[in-house]
Amino acid sequence: MLVLALDTSTPAVTAAVGEVTDSGMKGIAERRTVDPRAHGERLAPQVRLVLDDAGVRVGELAAIVAGVGPGPFTGLRVGLATAAAMGQALGIPTYGICSLDALGRAAGPGRVLVATDARRREVYVATYADGVRVAGPEVAKPADVAVDADRAVGEGAVRYSEIFGIPVDDRLQYPPGEALIALAAESVRGRAPGDPLTPLYLRRPDAVEPGARKAVLP
Amino acid sequence: MPDEPLVLGIETSCDETGVGIVRGHTLLADALASSVEQHARFGGVVPEVASRAHLEAMVPTMQRALDDAGVTLADIDAIAVTAGPGLAGALLVGVAAAKGYALAADKPIYGVNHLAAHVAVDTLEHGPLPEPAIAMLVSGGHSSLLLVDDLTAGVTPLGATIDDAAGEAFDKVARLLGMGFPGGPVIDRTARAGNPAAIAFPRGLTAPKDQLKHRYDFSFSGLKTAVARWVEARERSGEPVPVADVAASFQDAVCDVLTSKALDACRQHGVETLIIGGGVAANSRLRVLAEERAAKLGIRVRVPRPGLCTDNGAMVAALGSHLVAAGVAPSRLDLPADSAMPLTSVTVAG
Repeated sequence: MLVLALDTSTPAVTAAVGEVTDSGMKGIAERRTVDPRAHGERLAPQVRLVLDDAGVRVGELAAIVAGVGPGPFTGLRVGLATAAAMGQALGIPTYGICSLDALGRAAGPGRVLVATDARRREVYVATYADGVRVAGPEVAKPADVAVDADRAVGEGAVRYSEIFGIPVDDRLQYPPGEALIALAAESVRGRAPGDPLTPLYLRRPDAVEPGARKAVLP
Repeated sequence: MPDEPLVLGIETSCDETGVGIVRGHTLLADALASSVEQHARFGGVVPEVASRAHLEAMVPTMQRALDDAGVTLADIDAIAVTAGPGLAGALLVGVAAAKGYALAADKPIYGVNHLAAHVAVDTLEHGPLPEPAIAMLVSGGHSSLLLVDDLTAGVTPLGATIDDAAGEAFDKVARLLGMGFPGGPVIDRTARAGNPAAIAFPRGLTAPKDQLKHRYDFSFSGLKTAVARWVEARERSGEPVPVADVAASFQDAVCDVLTSKALDACRQHGVETLIIGGGVAANSRLRVLAEERAAKLGIRVRVPRPGLCTDNGAMVAALGSHLVAAGVAPSRLDLPADSAMPLTSVTVAG
């Protein structure tokens, strides 16, 4: 079963195609561009290219997997809106996966801290034991993160490595599409009902209710 | 491409998630989801709240439109989407979704101008646009006078508000009268029981000295402050505030300026048709006053029904249909959302 994965929860725009089989999954093609200001422009052409790379027609897809964050809201929504629309148009299920889980899974064995940049000098963090999330996700100031891991991955970990004080693997900064597909493989294989792709915002909108009317007369 | 293309339009520039479907000039579906109630307690549209609501509403609103029209995405000839102007984050949800639909269904995509769509929507009610025409677009975000020579190529801006948009003035005055948000409908209703000549509120940029630089520009900020001062003076003197008279007099000041400047533009440019669009075009006083004054000048006023004046997907589909029929090239899949998209571009060029 051919699966498309999208993630726009970090400065990277990622699109990947993989195949889920009865016994496992294999990645076929993956593309990534890093440009925090152009998710809306980059994603759709990249989806088309990665499908071409994989030699897969869009109509052959059996499911779409999307990283649902946490991540900066505007960019995150680009991936989810595109994934949801494609799923609806193709009549195939969409599955949402916590984007940090893709990094946690790709990081492999041991206790790993995953951190991505939440802007405003904060990070989105979660902790993994052998690829399985044991704490988080949450949004926090780097200095307030209770580090309970031997090493760290993610662009947030690279950025705040001195504060976390554990070794950082800077080869693993953005959620890999192949890991997203692997995490959804069981749902794909079991033809589970799709998810509505609800973003993990972790923060409320900044909005204040107006106060009392201000006087205009002296 | 058929003469009467089947076009789908997606609108997410502010707080309404709209999906419309048209065939040529015929409206087949106009599905709408609004987040207005979520903004009411903030007294205005909160961009992040609107963007979140668009993402939630997109798929169900699309489904309703397709069901209402009795078509599938495979039947559609082209997808049009508002690329700007509007709230950046809100626009991006619609554009990203439109690209997903276009990619999956292998359809051409047109990134279109929201304001041009407000003009094009009138074709769904009153048929092809006479060109040239003057268009006045008045909403919570815009107050513009445009010369429309050729809607496929771009429109010429004649003037715009230099401060608050007309709809914004309605919202602010409603708030100071304690009437809630949005202000347009509630002021319109309240004003019906009031005397529009009770209070002489100022008409912005209508003095002779303004004719030179601001002949077709609007200003509503001073009017809003004048209403606030008048109400506050009343309250301080312990007298009751005649809310209906304030609403009627304020509304009349807005509609007086809007209609006189729009008709002045028609006369100066020798144009016989005035098209009014945008949320404020739903105002009953504006419609009546424009008709009365235009009739005396032999100018025809075209205003779509109120449901098509406010933001919706049908207007985007209507513009898309116009562009497809005219053979305009579609946009590319990397088209950006442009919160400040200029009126000189009707589409994001391919």
